[in-house]
Amino acid sequence: MIPASFEYHRPTDMAGVLSILVEHGDDARVMAGGHSLIPMMKLRMADVPHLIDLQDVGGLAGITVGDTITIGAMVTQSDIILHDALADAAPILREASLQIADPQVRYMGTVGGNVANGDPGNDMPGLMQCLDATFTVVGPNGERKIPAREFYEAAYMTGREDDEVMTAVSFAKPVGGHAYEKQKRKIGDYATAAAAVQIVKDGGTCASASIAMTNLSDTPVYSAAAGDALVGTSVDGDAIKAAVSAMLNDIDPVEDNRGPVAFKRHVAGVILARAIERAWSRA
Amino acid sequence: MKDEAVTREDRVASLKGMGCSRKRVEDARFTQGKGNYVDDIKLDGMLFGDFVRSPYAHAKITNIDTSAAMEVPGVLAVLTAADLAPLGLHWMPTLAGDKQMVLADGKVLFQGQEVAFVVAEDRYAAADGIEAVEVEYEELPVIVDPFEALQSDVILRPDTVGEDGSPSDGAHGPRKHHNHIFTWECGDKDPTEQVIANAEVVAEESMYYHRTHPCPLETCGCVASMDKVNGKLTLWGTFQAPHAIRTVVSLISGIEEHNIRVISPDIGGGFGNKVGAYPGYVCSVVASIVTGKPVKWIEDRMDNLMTTAFARDYWMKGRISATKDGKITGLHCHVTADHGGFDACADPTKFPAGFMNICTGSYDIPTAFLEVDGVYTNKAPGGVSYRCSFRVTEAVYFIERMIEVLAIELDMDASELRKINFIKKEQFPYKAALGWEYDSGDYHTAWDKAMNAVDYDGLRAEQKQRIEDFKAGKTRKLLGIGLTHFTEIVGAGPVKNCDILGLGMFDSCEIRIHPTGSAIARLGTISQGQGHATTFAQILASEIGLPADSITIEEGDTDTAPYGLGTYGSRSTPVAGAATAMAGRKIRAKAQMIAAYLLEVHDDDVEFDVDRFVVKGAPEKFKTMKEIAFAAYNQAIPGIEPGLEAVSYYDPPNMTYPFGAYVCVMEIDVDTGVTDIRQFYALDDCGTRINPMIIEGQIHGGLTEALAVALGQEIAYDDMGNVKTGTLMDFFLPTAWEVPNYETDHTVTPSPHHPIGAKGVGESPHVGGVPCFSNAVHDAFRAFGLRQTNMPHDHWRIWRTANELGLHD
Ligand SMILES: Cc1cc2nc3c(=O)[nH]c(=O)nc-3n(C[C@H](O)[C@H](O)[C@H](O)COP(=O)(O)OP(=O)(O)OC[C@H]3O[C@@H](n4cnc5c(N)ncnc54)[C@H](O)[C@@H]3O)c2cc1C
Repeated sequence: MIPASFEYHRPTDMAGVLSILVEHGDDARVMAGGHSLIPMMKLRMADVPHLIDLQDVGGLAGITVGDTITIGAMVTQSDIILHDALADAAPILREASLQIADPQVRYMGTVGGNVANGDPGNDMPGLMQCLDATFTVVGPNGERKIPAREFYEAAYMTGREDDEVMTAVSFAKPVGGHAYEKQKRKIGDYATAAAAVQIVKDGGTCASASIAMTNLSDTPVYSAAAGDALVGTSVDGDAIKAAVSAMLNDIDPVEDNRGPVAFKRHVAGVILARAIERAWSRA
Repeated sequence: MKDEAVTREDRVASLKGMGCSRKRVEDARFTQGKGNYVDDIKLDGMLFGDFVRSPYAHAKITNIDTSAAMEVPGVLAVLTAADLAPLGLHWMPTLAGDKQMVLADGKVLFQGQEVAFVVAEDRYAAADGIEAVEVEYEELPVIVDPFEALQSDVILRPDTVGEDGSPSDGAHGPRKHHNHIFTWECGDKDPTEQVIANAEVVAEESMYYHRTHPCPLETCGCVASMDKVNGKLTLWGTFQAPHAIRTVVSLISGIEEHNIRVISPDIGGGFGNKVGAYPGYVCSVVASIVTGKPVKWIEDRMDNLMTTAFARDYWMKGRISATKDGKITGLHCHVTADHGGFDACADPTKFPAGFMNICTGSYDIPTAFLEVDGVYTNKAPGGVSYRCSFRVTEAVYFIERMIEVLAIELDMDASELRKINFIKKEQFPYKAALGWEYDSGDYHTAWDKAMNAVDYDGLRAEQKQRIEDFKAGKTRKLLGIGLTHFTEIVGAGPVKNCDILGLGMFDSCEIRIHPTGSAIARLGTISQGQGHATTFAQILASEIGLPADSITIEEGDTDTAPYGLGTYGSRSTPVAGAATAMAGRKIRAKAQMIAAYLLEVHDDDVEFDVDRFVVKGAPEKFKTMKEIAFAAYNQAIPGIEPGLEAVSYYDPPNMTYPFGAYVCVMEIDVDTGVTDIRQFYALDDCGTRINPMIIEGQIHGGLTEALAVALGQEIAYDDMGNVKTGTLMDFFLPTAWEVPNYETDHTVTPSPHHPIGAKGVGESPHVGGVPCFSNAVHDAFRAFGLRQTNMPHDHWRIWRTANELGLHD
């Protein structure tokens, strides 16, 4: 469990980061909290001759809450949990963050690392798709914005170029009821299945619904069809069933130590139904 | 000395002797990060060794090229089997009478097997060196299933066939097949078959007790330091049996035993993982001899999980017969035991399946037969007793499941069935059908206490209602009530039938009383977290009347401690604890003579009273043990040697048989397979209780490891022999988050043959806990037709059970 040797860089501004990335290309990689990257390096599954620590780069750790909410890439999961204004404005973030890893990991793991990583097990990508968030990245050619729902291509393959750094995620202040439901084997485990749900209620019917699933494909799964199945209904048993079957058409889980495909599909349905019920009860 | 103001109770309390919840003296250093573990040992010029390991489960090695590795900066040497062969050290004996490759000798038999040992200036250079060693493998067919192994033409171990191609004899008799290791039989075969054939009711069931791992927080490791000037080898390591390791090292290296000093420093948990001898120890010693420098080897977590000491992996098939009223008449058990590539079980020599023959459990079963077949496969070696006496967890799981299955067959309440069959108090000492003589027990009292404590009838009524509600669609949760009554067999053991590699399993204690009335005692055991420094001082305090706080306990250094067989199988208190009491009594006997001399009376006219000898009938005339200690060193007493020391080597007349009654109440979500333990009640009877607080800690720890094993912890392989659970992401190690609240309780049935009546407790909760958690899962589904579903009961397997029973339709 010892990584191959590497150069450690600790630039103090983004220009410094980008120049190292440009100089070393594929051989360089940024590190935020390190809690996904370092295990990969120790297992020698990631070879990173030039490791660029983002810790000293300013301006990446802010949280602003308004009609638009912006969270800097270096904000940790723990920062999110402790931020009361954020929890008031977008309570699903705290609810989800409390189900990520364990307290020690949450002190280190960042939003930027979690969404940039591209690991289908990470919870925040699905969460950000549910919130229809936008990711801001900066590279040698300047800044660009990529919608979360278009960011993920395959496991560890994203719309970010190797020489780009994520700086922030932002999304419109969510409305309606929310729920983040996750089944895991133990604390510190990635999801067997997880569902992020935001629902807007108008009178007794569902005006809009956004649903995304985690660890049930090689990317997070935003299921527009599942959300659509709820719109216009009273979110009764039949509507929930319809949403679940729409979601099941969109996921593609694989067997692993958490269980076989049939089990995962079943649990995905149960978890989503529970998330919808909870979100609806809060809407 | 006048101390009339001090009452007798005060004097007893100030000793902090037996029965006192004395705080652990070890914790001051452990909680401040001041422990001294093997990886804390740093010596001048120390090198670091680590292994090139096989990525394949079964392969021929056609070439090993170390030249590139030797070019890596900091790498000093790369050892392969070819280097060890001239020394005869490329293979080593196992504790089970088999032999094991130290470094791959032409082939590998399991994934992670040690292929080459890279010695470097630090562990970083060693890791880079490992990457640079080029090994050419030729893959061979992989067998991970012991039943397939017994049918297959593939010869896993070339040394298992004779020149004519037929299977050669193994360490425990003839082989049935070249991949077969031994058959071990116990009990009466034909009578058992007859009883079962003629029985009114027979329940039959097969179960698999899956492979798992003890996974102590600290992995295995050592530091070997050969001093070429004085010819002395010092070996620090995570050894549960330091003296046995010294003897083994001497036997295989040829270094005379007095020139070897083995030291077990603080050990961060053992649970059986640190009993055996591992290639890392041998390679470190050789590397230190070759380089003339100290060499350290420390496993990482994956090495530990994948290579050193798995536990369990028993395929058990049972038949149990009874009258239609539920009186058990016979038991038949067959085990196919998967030992992996080498038979490296750490069992007493005459017991290749450990004490599996305790599988008649707590029940009066007149006729029984047990047969165990050991088998080689392409998996890691081990077969250690993970927090249990030798294979006792397997035995207790087997019988506690068979009881439940019989209850189903009889359509009877499982508690009632147990009560009908418990060995009765007046039957002790009880001679069991498979040979053991249970020393003492009072099972009915313990059971009734447990049933009352949890309101068993109330629980069953609630469960009945729950089943109705479930069937009516009002709930998706089932309620399981898990029961277990276990009987352990610990304290190995009597030298007449227990030895390891010919070393009798006695243990020892040596005491020196200092002139000012404090003492040091050294034992042949070694604590790995059990708190020996606390509890052994308490035994002595009560025996010799000096405060526990004035007694230092030392273990683990073979140059200073008396010879003993170490700590595992809950043997420390039954064996070394007995030695401690007996040595204490020798001290007391001499103290009595000194006291009589000082008080100017006859030896028989003084008697021991807490912390002093008093003149019989004249309690105001006394000498305290402190005074006596001083006199032992400063007075010339006719006929008595100066000094106050004693040593005792204790050969136990029998094993001890702790027992307990456990109840687990579990909620099960049939849609997700998620379990929630609502209540866990554990009544333990470990005989005399030395330190109730430490007992409670042991119970909590053992139950938590039981929960782990029952609900998710496993070493799983795929068909290619790849380990699927090699990190803590997939290998379930519960945290405070997963652990329920435990209610502990006790009865006290002292062991009649142990000097202080103590029986051992460290492993009981694991032994009893695993079947209790598992029975709760089974019980929840009993009303829907479940008889047996194998552990671990993780979410997906529970979901599968519900699914197969049609509960998702
Ligand atoms: C025991 C354990 C349990 C865990 N459980 C969970 C869980 O249940 N759910 C979950 O979601 N996560 C879990 N994690 C992951 C944890 O939340 C990680 O910290 C997180 O996924 C990554 O954040 P990081 O800051 O550590 O990223 P790092 O490890 O530093 O980086 C991860 C990847 O993202 C890239 N990266 C990081 N920051 C940027 C950036 N600003 N721009 C571009 N690329 C960047 C890195 O180059 C790297 O490839 C767990 C981790 C551990 C160790």
